[in-house]
Amino acid sequence: MNFRSVAELVELAETEGLKISEVMIRQEVEVMNRSREEIWEEMGRNLDVMGQAIERGLSQDGRSASGLSGGDAKRIQTYKETAPVLLSGETVLDAVASATAVSEVNAMMGIIVATPTAGACGILPGTIFTTAKKFQLDRDAMIAGLFVSGAIGYCIANNACISGATGGCQAEVGSATAMAAAAVVEMAGGTPSQAAEAVAIALKNMLGLVCDPIAGLVEAPCVKRNAMGAAIAMVAADLALAGVKSIIPTDEVISAMYKIGQDMPVALRETALGGLAATPTGKALERQIFQNTKEDE
Amino acid sequence: MKYRTVFDIIGPVMIGPSSSHTAGAARIGRTARTVFGRVPKEIIITLYGSFAKTYRGHGTDIALVGGILDFDTYDERMPLSLQMAKKAGIDVRFVESEEIADHPNTARIHLSDDQGKLEVVGISIGGGKIEIVELNGFELKLSGNSPTLLVLHKDQFGAVADVATILAKHEINIGYMQVARKEKGLEALMSIETDQSVTPELLKEIRQKSGMYSVTVLNN
Repeated sequence: MNFRSVAELVELAETEGLKISEVMIRQEVEVMNRSREEIWEEMGRNLDVMGQAIERGLSQDGRSASGLSGGDAKRIQTYKETAPVLLSGETVLDAVASATAVSEVNAMMGIIVATPTAGACGILPGTIFTTAKKFQLDRDAMIAGLFVSGAIGYCIANNACISGATGGCQAEVGSATAMAAAAVVEMAGGTPSQAAEAVAIALKNMLGLVCDPIAGLVEAPCVKRNAMGAAIAMVAADLALAGVKSIIPTDEVISAMYKIGQDMPVALRETALGGLAATPTGKALERQIFQNTKEDE
Repeated sequence: MKYRTVFDIIGPVMIGPSSSHTAGAARIGRTARTVFGRVPKEIIITLYGSFAKTYRGHGTDIALVGGILDFDTYDERMPLSLQMAKKAGIDVRFVESEEIADHPNTARIHLSDDQGKLEVVGISIGGGKIEIVELNGFELKLSGNSPTLLVLHKDQFGAVADVATILAKHEINIGYMQVARKEKGLEALMSIETDQSVTPELLKEIRQKSGMYSVTVLNN
C-alpha cells in the first residue's frame, strides 16, 4: 500500500475498491509502524483543535498585535445570518467564514493545525466542517476527510513543495485548496478519480499565486486568501462531482506548480520584498508596525 | 520522500502564525536543546534568507528560543519565551546574516555554558518539517525519514563497535551510517539512521560507554 503520486493513489484506491482516506490510513499504519487506532485518535485530536479555532475565531472581535487582521470572520458570519439574499450561497459563505476564523486565530498566535502550513491553516477546517454540516456527517467522516487531504498533501509535498519561501502562495494556499477539494469530494460521496479531478481544478486556479505578505506577517493578504481558497475548494469539488475533468492530469498540474515556484523571483517568495508588500500602502504599514514593535521593547 | 507521515501534512498542532517560521523554528531550537542536553547560559542565533528578513513578524526569534527552552510547537508559553529566557539569566543574541544560505529558511544556533558548547544548523523546509544539516561543524546528510542516532564522542578505537554492538543487541538494523572527525583523537560524530525506533534504555546504554559526549535521537 504505497503511493508516490496522485495517479498511483487513485489507482490503488480504485483497484482495491477503497476510499482515498482508507489508502492513506493503511499506508500510515505500514510506513510508521503504528496502530490504526493510534493514528485515528491523533487525527481526531487535530480535528478538535480545528473546531476550537473556528469557534474562537467566529466569536472574537479583537485585532492581531500588528492591527492588520481580526474581526472579519465574525463580520461574515453576521452578514450570512442577516442578509436577505446571499450571492454565493450559505454553504460557500459558511466555509469562508470558518476559514477566515481559523486564519485570524493563527495571526493572533493562537493554537491551530498546520494544513499543510500555518499560512494556509483555515482552508481545511472551513471546508470540512461546512461539508459535514451540509451533509449531516459525523466526526468520523471529518477525520476521514482529513486523511484524504493528507494523502493529496503528501503527494504535493513530496513531488513539489508546500512552503511559501520555496514556491510562493500557490504552494501553501494552493496546496491546501487542492487538498480540501479532494476531501469535500469524498465526503460528498464522490469517487477517488473525481477527488483527483477536484485537486487539479482547484490547484490550476491557484497557479502563479505569489507569497507577498505585508511586513512579512502571515495576515494580509493571507487571511483573505484562506477565505477565497475555501470558496474555490467548494466550487472545484462541485465541478468534479458534476463530471468536469481537467485537461492536464493532476500530477502534471502539481509539477507545473513546482516549476512555476522555481521560476518565481525571490522577492515574491515570502521575503516581503515584492507584490502587495512592496506597494506604497504595504511599505507604509510595514514602517508603522515595526516602529511600534521597537517602541514596545 | 521528504515527507513520510500524514502528520507532516496535517499537523503540527502549533502556536501561529507560521509553520516554517514559527513551528519549524521551534523544532530546530528544541533539537539543538535536545542534543545539548541542558539549559544553556548563552544563545547566539544567526538567521539567513527569509528567516533573516521576516523573523520579527513571524515570531521566529520567539519560537527558536522557545524550542531551546524545550517547548513543543503548541506550548502556550511560546509567546513569552524571550522574557522567560531573560528571567532565567540566559544571554540571547540574534545576528541577521546577509550571506546566502542553501535554503531560504536557515538558522545557526550556538549554545554554550561552563561545561561546553554546541553549534547546530537547521533548515525549515515547510509545514513545520525541519532538517538538521550541520552539527558542531560536521556536515550531516540525513534523509530525515528514519530514526536518527547522533553520537558525539571522543575519537578513539572501539567507539563505533560499542554503538553497533548495542544496536545489534536490541535488534535494531542500521540503514545508513556516517562517521566523521575533525582531527585524530578529538571530537567525532556518528550519525546513524535505523530501521526501528530507538528506546531511552538503549540511549542510556550508549551514554554509559567511555568517551560518549552526547547521544541523541531524532525522528524517533
